[in-house]
Order: sequence, then C-alpha cells, then structure tokens
Amino acid sequence: MTDPAAPIFERARALVDDYTLGAVKAWKAAHPGALAVGHMPVYTPRPLIEATGSLPVAVFGGGDSLDIIRGDSYFQSYICHIPRSTVELGLGGHLDALDGMVFPSICDVIRNLGGMWKMLFPQKYVAYLDLPQNFDKDVGGRFYTSELRRIARELAGRGARTLDADALLGAIARENERRVTLEQLDAVRRAEPWRLRATEAYVAVRAGSVMPAEEHTRLLREILAAVKLRTARPVDNVRVVLVGSFCEQPPFELIRALEKAGCDIVEDDFQLGMRMIDGPIEPCAGEDPVEALSRAFLERGRASASRYIDRNEKGADLVARVHACAADGVIFAAASFCDPALLDQPMLEAALERAGIPHTSFKFAENTGQFQVIREQAGAFSDAVKLWGPAGAPVAAQEASV
Amino acid sequence: MSEHTESKDRSQLRQKRMIADHFERLSRAKEEGKKVVYTFVPGNLTELIGAFDMLPVLPEINALQSGMRKKSAGYIAEAEKSGHSEDVCTYVKCDIGMLRSGNIGPTGTKLPEPDLLLLSYTGCFTFMKWFELLKQEYKCPVVMLHVPYQPDGVITDEMRSYVVEQLRTEVIPAMERVTGTRVDVDKLAAHLSLSKQAEDDLVAVWESARHRPSPIDGYFGGVYYVGPIFSSFRGSHDAVMYYRELREEVEARVARKEGPMAPDGPVKEKYRLVVEGPPNWTNFNEFWQMFSREGAVVVSSTYTRVGGLYDQGFRHDPSHPLDTLADYCLGCYTNLGLPSRVDLLAKYIREYEADGFLVNSVKSCNSFSVGQLLMLRKLEEKTGVPGGFIESDLVDPRYFGKANIENRVQSYLQMLEARKARGTSADAVVSP
Amino acid sequence: MKCVVGIDLGSTTTKAVLLDEQGGILGRGITNSRSNYEVASAVAWTEAVTSARFDLLERAMPSTSGSWAKPMKDAFRLELFIDELAELRATILRNLERSLTVHGDRKALATTVGEVLDRVRRKAEPLFVGGAPRRSEFFRDIAGALYVAEAEEISRAGGAPFEQLAALYDRAILEVETRAQRRDVGGLLRRALDRVLPADRAENATARAAAAQAIATAAAQTIEEIAVVGTGYGRQTLPFARESVRSEILCHGRGAHRVFPGTRTVLDIGGQDTKAIQVDDHGVVTSFQMNDRCAAGCGRYLGYIADELNLGLHELGPLALQATKSVKVCSTCTVFAGAELRERLALGQKREDILAGLHRAIMLRAMSLLARSGGVQNEFTFTGGVCNNGMAVKVLRELVNENYDPTTTLNIHPDSIYMGALGAALFGLDDARAGRLAPMPPFLRAVASEVSA
Repeated sequence: MTDPAAPIFERARALVDDYTLGAVKAWKAAHPGALAVGHMPVYTPRPLIEATGSLPVAVFGGGDSLDIIRGDSYFQSYICHIPRSTVELGLGGHLDALDGMVFPSICDVIRNLGGMWKMLFPQKYVAYLDLPQNFDKDVGGRFYTSELRRIARELAGRGARTLDADALLGAIARENERRVTLEQLDAVRRAEPWRLRATEAYVAVRAGSVMPAEEHTRLLREILAAVKLRTARPVDNVRVVLVGSFCEQPPFELIRALEKAGCDIVEDDFQLGMRMIDGPIEPCAGEDPVEALSRAFLERGRASASRYIDRNEKGADLVARVHACAADGVIFAAASFCDPALLDQPMLEAALERAGIPHTSFKFAENTGQFQVIREQAGAFSDAVKLWGPAGAPVAAQEASV
Repeated sequence: MSEHTESKDRSQLRQKRMIADHFERLSRAKEEGKKVVYTFVPGNLTELIGAFDMLPVLPEINALQSGMRKKSAGYIAEAEKSGHSEDVCTYVKCDIGMLRSGNIGPTGTKLPEPDLLLLSYTGCFTFMKWFELLKQEYKCPVVMLHVPYQPDGVITDEMRSYVVEQLRTEVIPAMERVTGTRVDVDKLAAHLSLSKQAEDDLVAVWESARHRPSPIDGYFGGVYYVGPIFSSFRGSHDAVMYYRELREEVEARVARKEGPMAPDGPVKEKYRLVVEGPPNWTNFNEFWQMFSREGAVVVSSTYTRVGGLYDQGFRHDPSHPLDTLADYCLGCYTNLGLPSRVDLLAKYIREYEADGFLVNSVKSCNSFSVGQLLMLRKLEEKTGVPGGFIESDLVDPRYFGKANIENRVQSYLQMLEARKARGTSADAVVSP
Repeated sequence: MKCVVGIDLGSTTTKAVLLDEQGGILGRGITNSRSNYEVASAVAWTEAVTSARFDLLERAMPSTSGSWAKPMKDAFRLELFIDELAELRATILRNLERSLTVHGDRKALATTVGEVLDRVRRKAEPLFVGGAPRRSEFFRDIAGALYVAEAEEISRAGGAPFEQLAALYDRAILEVETRAQRRDVGGLLRRALDRVLPADRAENATARAAAAQAIATAAAQTIEEIAVVGTGYGRQTLPFARESVRSEILCHGRGAHRVFPGTRTVLDIGGQDTKAIQVDDHGVVTSFQMNDRCAAGCGRYLGYIADELNLGLHELGPLALQATKSVKVCSTCTVFAGAELRERLALGQKREDILAGLHRAIMLRAMSLLARSGGVQNEFTFTGGVCNNGMAVKVLRELVNENYDPTTTLNIHPDSIYMGALGAALFGLDDARAGRLAPMPPFLRAVASEVSA
C-alpha cells in the first residue's frame, strides 16, 4: 500500500528545501503591499507580526545545500555556522523577498548578526528584539511589551497595518490553534513513533516557517489525518529526548541517522520558537492583547539555554520532559561553537545524572557531511539502553564531534 | 593589575598596593563578617556594592590574571576534563578550573566564597551562563540584572526604567537581605561623586594620546590604567588619588615629549594605531613587544571602554543615583550595536590621527568578535585608513599562534610603511 | 657586479633570488628547508649564485650565439646534476664504509649502488638535453625518482634488497642536500661547452672561441651583494639584521606584481598557510588576510589526503580532473579529512569524485579568504605550491567565474615558487637605492666568500 502521507510530506519538504523563499514570494504576490518579516531563532512572537498584516518567516540559515563563500568571509573559524549561511543567503539575494529581519536575543552571535544586517542591508528593516530575562510582569513584562509595541510601530512605519487589539486577538487565536495542532502531532509521535518519524515531524513544523499560522494548521491537520491511515508496525526503538538544536538546525540526514541507529526522538528542541510557549496564549478580557503575548512568554516560556533560569533548578525542566514523554535517555546535539547550548550542557548532564537518566552527546554543524560516527555512537547508546535499561546504560558516553 | 615595568611611577605603586590591600581584605572578609559579591566588570555596580560595604570579586579579572600568571592552560584543561566543550568561552572555563583547583586568587590567598552572585551582564550573553554555572557550585543567592542591548546606540526611557526597576525591585532588596542593612542613598551618592572625579582624570589621560608623540599606549598600557576604575575601586578615595597621580605623570611626559614605556623600554613612536578587541593575556608582554619594537603605539582602543565610555561624555551623577547606574550599565562598549561601534572607532581614528587600526579578534568573546570582519571593511570605507586583522584568545594559550600573529602584525605594519613610501619602489622603474 | 639577494625561508622549501642593480633577475636557487634554515638558506643562496654566474655568461655571449645558448644552459644543468650525483655517490659509499648496521658483503653492495647510480646518470641525460619533460627542478626529486626505479629493477633481478638500497639513498640525500657546495662554475661551463660544441669538430671553432671569450668575461665579473633581505616562515629564526627582514605577505604581493605587472589580487596557497593579498599598481600591499592557526584548506591538507589514498601529492590533481561529478565535502579540517574520505569511500563513492569535492572545498575556503581581503580584482595571480595542481586551478577558475568578473585574467607562472624571494630581493633593491646597504649576515658570508672565489 502506498503511503498516504507521502505526497503531503513531499510538499512540505519542498517548502523547507526552497531557500529562495518561493512560498513567501507567492504570498506577497497574493497580498500586494504586505510585508514579509524574517526572524532568526530562538523566539519571536509570530502573532504580533501577523497582526500587522505581515508574514512572519522563520529563518534557519542555509542548511547543507549552499556553498559558503561570502558568509565565511565575515566569520572567524570559531563561530558557529548559522550566521555564515544566513549572510550567504542574504548576499546571494535569496532573502530579497523579506522586507525586514528580527534578531531576537539568544546569544551574542545572533545579536551581532543583527548589527551586521543593518550595515549589509541598509534599505531593509532590522530589529533587535530584547527578550526579557526578568520575569516580573511589571518589570520585565513592561519592558517586553514596549519592545513588542516598538516593533509593531516600526513595521507600520514601513507600510504594515497599524497594530490593533482585534487583529492581534485574531492572530493569537490562530496561533493557539496551530499550537494545539502541533501538540496533537507531538502526541502521535510520542504514542506511536513508528507512525510519525522525527524527521517527518521536523519537516511538518519547519514548513510552517514560510506561511501564516492558519495555513500551517491546515497542513498539520492534513498530515495528522494521513499518518493515522498509515499501516506501519511498531519498532523496538529506544525513546530519546534531543536537546541543544534550538538555533542552528542539524541536517535532515543527521536526524535520520539517529533514527536509523534505533532512536525514536519523542521530544526535541528543534525550531524551538514554534513551541516556545507551553500551552495557549490567553488574553484577559479588556486587556491589551500585547500584554497577553508578554505574559505567555514570562510565565510559560520554555526553559532553554537562552533563558535565565531563576527559580527552578537548572535541568529540572529537562528531567520533567523526559519523564513526561516516557523517554529512555537524552541525546545532546549542540551546534559546534554554540556557547549557550554547550555551556548549558554540563549543568543539564548533572541534572540527568542525579535523576539516573542516561545521555550521550555530539556536536554538529548545519552542513555536516559525515554521520558515520554519530550513527555508531547513537547505535551503541540505544543498544546499551535496550540491553541494560536506563540504569545500566553508559551515563556519559564520549563526546563526538563532526 | 599585574607587574608593570613602569614601576617607578607613583601611580603604579599605588595601584599595586590597592590590589594587594583588596585581596588582603577579601582574605579577612569572612572573619570580619564582610559580605562578598561576585560580579562582572562591564556595567559593574561598584558604588552600590560599596554603599553596602560589600567586597567585590571579579571572576574575569581572576581569569585574566590566571592567564598572565600562566595558570590558565591548566585551569581550562581542568574544566574541559569535567565536561566543558573546547568550543566555549575560555574565561568561563579558566574560572571554573580555578574554582576546582582550590580557588586561589592572584595574590596566592584563597578567595572567599560569595554571599551573593550579582549577575549584572552588560554586553555579553555568556555572563549569564557563567553565573548559572557558579550557581551550581555555591549555596548563595543569585540576583540577575538584565541590561538591555543598545542596537541603535540610543538609550531609550524604556531601557533605563527597565534597569532602574530591576535595581529597585531585585538588586537592592537582594543586597539588603544579604547584608541585613537598608540601602544608604547618601553613601551611594558619595561614592558616585568620587567616581566622577576619577573619571574626569581618566578622560584627560585618554585624550593625552592626541599629542605627538603620544605619552601613553592606550591599549597595552591602557589595560593597566583602567584597572582601578573597571574593578573594585571606582568610587573610592584610592581611585581618585590614583587617577590624579596618573594624570600628572602623563602630563609631565607630554611636557617632556616622551612616548610610552613598554616592557622593554620607551617606545619611539612610528605608527599610531587604534585597536579593537581585547588583548591576549597569556602572552601579554610578548604581544605588546610585537608592537612596541616596531614603534607602534596604540592611541586609542575599545577594549579599554568595556567598563564605561567616559570619553564620550558619560559621568556618574550623584544627583540621580539609580538612573546614573542604569545609564552606566547600558553604555558600556560591548553593549553598543555594531554600527555604533564602527562610528566610535572611526571617531577615534580621526580624532587621534591614527595611521591604521587593528582588530585583535579573540576566540572566546563572541560579543566582541562577531562582525569584526565587517566592521573592518566598513571602517576602511569610512576612514580610508587601512585595517589589520589578527586572531588570538583571552586566556587559552592554544589559540596564541605566535608565528602567525607576528607575521600578521609585521605584515600589517610593513604595509603601512610601504603605503607611505609608495611610488619610490624599485619595480616602478624596472620593466619586468 | 653589484647585486641584491632575497631569501624566502618557506616551511617546506627555501628559495633565493639575486637581482642586479637594475632589478634584472640574475640567479635563483631552491632547496628543501628541512628544519635547518641556516643551512637551507646557504644552499639556496649558493645555488642562486651558481645560476647567476651562468646568467652572466649568457649576457656576455654574442647575440649570434642564439642557436647554442639554450643547449648550453641545458648542458650546464646536466653537468651540475652530474656533479651532484657524484657527491651523492661519494656520500653513499662513505656512509656504507662507516656503517655499523650493514652486514654481509659491503663490497658487493657498493658495487650494486654504483651500478644503480650509473644507470641514473644515463637515464638523467635525456631529461636535461633531450627535451624530455622534467617534473621538477630539484636534484632530490629527479635523482630520487630515477634511483628508486633503478634500484627496484636491480633488486628484482636479484641484486641487493631494495630496502637496503633505499635506506642508503635516504640517508645520503639528506646530507647532500644540507651541505652547501662550492661549485667550480668555470669547470662546469667548460664541460657544458664541450658537450654542446665538441672541440674535435672544426666547424665549432669560431663559436667555441666566442664562448671562451664570453666565459672569460663572465668569470672576470665579481658578484658583490650589497643588500640582502630575508622573508618567509623561518625568517625570525635566522640572525638577519632586523631591518633586513620583510613580511612574506609584502614580498609575495610584490613578487607576483613584478612577474605579472597587471596583478591586483594574489592568492598564495602554501604548505602551512593561505594568503589573500590585494596590491596596488605599484605592487604595494593594500590589504591581506591569512588563515588562522588551523591549517585547514592549506597545502598540507592535500598532503594528508594523498597519504590517506597512498598517492603522491602530484597525482591528486590529475586524478581529480578525471571526476565525472563533484561530491560535496564539508570538512577542510586536516583532522577530519581522513575520516570523511574513508566514510565516502565506504559509501562506494568514486575516488576521483571525492577528490574533486575535496579540491572544491579547499578552493571555497580560499575564496572566502579572498572575499575577506577585498575580493578578486583583475588581474588575479595564483602562487604557491598548490598552483601546480591542475584541479585546484580549474576549480579556482570556475569559482572566479561564478563569483566575480568572468573576464578576469588568472595568472599562473611555473616559477611562482620564487615570488616571495623575488619580492624580498626587490625590497633589498629599495634599500640599496636608499643607501641602506645591508651586508650578508655572517653565517651566509662564510659560504659567500667560498663560492664567489
């Protein structure tokens, strides 16, 4: 029997692979005068951009399909890969469809990339979005809402619709719907990983980078319906949570290599921005919905390396996630030279060790071309977990780097 | 900071004594019931810490001292052994390694454990990770001061009030809890007023480099000059005295038309340079000599502005204590967007009549390093002055490739020379 | 005759160039650096003086001598080779005599070595005077290739074991190479003359008389070095006077500009580093970039790959040129190169296709460095060891066409290895003209006095 989901995934994959942003160009052609606004990882509240009648476009660099020349010419060898390919895309004209770019605070690399963007593309709108590290709504919240309003104002200055409460409430409602659908997708992956592979879930989420929330929700529902018709059989794999890929994305082949090595990735932080808020954004009656956006981030923003963990113990969130999705272990997959992920890792590893959860780690770059070492390492890890159970697995396997 | 060959100068002796006294005080802190705060250099709240009679420890300074004392390689290895990646900031690893090796400070005495981790991070995201890591090691409260970034080189009211509110609702209450005393605003204002005096003199020192020859090296020498004001001494009488003496010494050198002193003697000014980026600490003197021996004097640098842009007009203002602390934190060099950094460098190149500018790109510091190659190009366009580019690290000796660095420095200086002599070269008259 | 000397102490080879006071190239020499820069520079410099003598002779020759000038030059080289081979033979035999490790019949072994070297000499002749292609100018390369071939054959035919013969060569060549030789240039010239214009033929009499006159004129010239400039990787380790040292970046830029005066951009890929240099219309460097501490993408990387595939370095380019497609290779890191190569071979990818990808990866890195230094301007000159690799050149041309003006002239010179030394000599000429005379450093002077005797 042919796979009922195959054509949908093919469509989604084509969207993901098209670094020339054909879908964005098409959207702009259908919405004359409207803006398309790119945003880098880790998190930009997309409903805000949608509410100004603009299309938010998540930019994750150029993956492994670009020759990097100009990009490399701007970055020293000890800088991660995503800014190289992003600059290469920009200078190659592949991001011309974007009228602006938002650089959220995640690390010094992406922050400075924002400054570079201003100098490289002086005609484009460039915003640095300083996400608050103070989570009091009257302190960090006040600052954050002023940031959000500023961006909306500046977009309006570039021809976007002036932000109004109704438009934002509508965008939030559509985002919430997408969020619910994403959760359903994750639920399938967790309950029946053989029905929906991690690579497929990845493509399903990533395809949403170039479309409004509503359209993404439709795509996700199509996928959900199709994968339920699949007649796949359960496979005896280990269940892992993957951590560290919240910004630069690994190549598909790497995710596939992990799967082939016997790992079901039941939870991850790929493209974290799409799932940054745990649960829906909940506007209160009579409140400016910008406040709701802010509150969602302050109170229900997911723990990540770019967010200061003030109250909880470091790693507590990860341990809870491992338990919640009944995972057997954790794979740390950080981009080479990613300061936030790599500095976080020893703390998270310590938390896992305290909780007796096995883990292994490696580094990658978005254009990594060799997977043999990773495949072997992941294979050994999954075998060990399968044979001995979590207690007997090597708690800290040797770190590989590719 | 550490040993300086210009040891005859009064200011130098004073600085040495100040540092020794400080570590002495730290070693007695616990028995004397003094509270110890660990915090960072850029955007430090020294006056506020002083108002609470707390003693600051600055892990970055410890790390750079470890680099200068050739201890950093071992400390970094220690941290990497315990699971830290080779890829990440070596200041952090050096500090973690030092901690694991007994936390012996630069003067040989054990550093006291912190009573408060004051995580005020200006211009560097890694600071946050650093203190998250330290938080694992110490059972003490941590207080976070998030200082927003200035992408457009402008401090908005929203930014200022965000910082002020955090000072009011988080930082000061945390200090009050740790010390058991209320904040004394008059005392804070008194410290701020002393800061201002020292800042005036420091600016005079920076601006002395407009003279030819420049009486100071504003980078290699400059890192010593910023020692007191960037670290634990701003707002103290000692610092006021230090900067007064330093200014007098520099003015005397101007009158005598003397150049700066380098580790191997006085420098005869041949090239005037502006430098962007932190120095390397593991081979500091060797690095300096690559310049001083060629007669290259740094007339201005941005690294010496990471603890405040005083020469651009900022002064601590005792009449608005919290606002002024906020503006100080927001205004440090690495908190500026790249276009502002380019503007500032261009200004230095023009105002100090530099022959060239050089970027020392350090592996550890993404805040500084990312975008420097574009800055280089933009600065060349803007000023017509040629730029040079070298790569090293703060405290990881593995990243100090002497031959490579020396080659680049010499090539760059010889390029400046050759450009001056253009038109008189031999091949102009020879047919190939 | 007054001249200036440029010496380029590279990480793999040391080069010397002599210029006359007008800036004309008088002589050049090259040797393997080995790690002993002192000896290497003396050897290179001695060779340069020898070749300068020959150049002086050429200048002294009457213009009617055109028909035998070229054969004379080839013959001179051959005679030089024969001398060097004799030196090698003497060294091998001396070592053999003193050796404590050679057991068995030493005399027989000595005879066998003699037989190998006789054959080498016979085979070498057509390489110099017969117009057969010569892959290298190095004595070590020419003699080594011939020696190995002949030793293999003799040992197959039942002579001494090959390993034993090879070991004798390996040890001796190191000694020969690192010994600065006093050359009897007059004697060499006379032998060359006898070879080209045999004395026993009456029709040669006039030409021989003219040549003898020229030789006398040339021999009467003294060579006086008035300025010397050192450059290259090893320059810091040598006791050159401070002001006699120039950065290799300036020297490479200037040398390339001298050879191709239209040059505005220079790419130099050597063993240890890659340099992208922009020069102005005077050959003065206006901006440059070089690789950081890691040698990824440099010549050394190709060396690792060659080792990994059990190939000679010079075989990589031709093999890669046979590729039908280019496999995408990401890592130009020397550490990971082997692993990536093995993985791809294990996946069944063709060796030449992988090599094509590797070459592309290296040149992409070079392109980034070029972009960093200010791009590729017309004319573009490619120098350094890697410019002898046909695939590297092909990929570079493609990338220039894709990213810059496709009409950009790409210059490659067979003698590009001398660019650094040439640039250094030009700086020496500047110094001399400005009255800054820099005598030969003492360690070179010792050799100098001997050779110019």
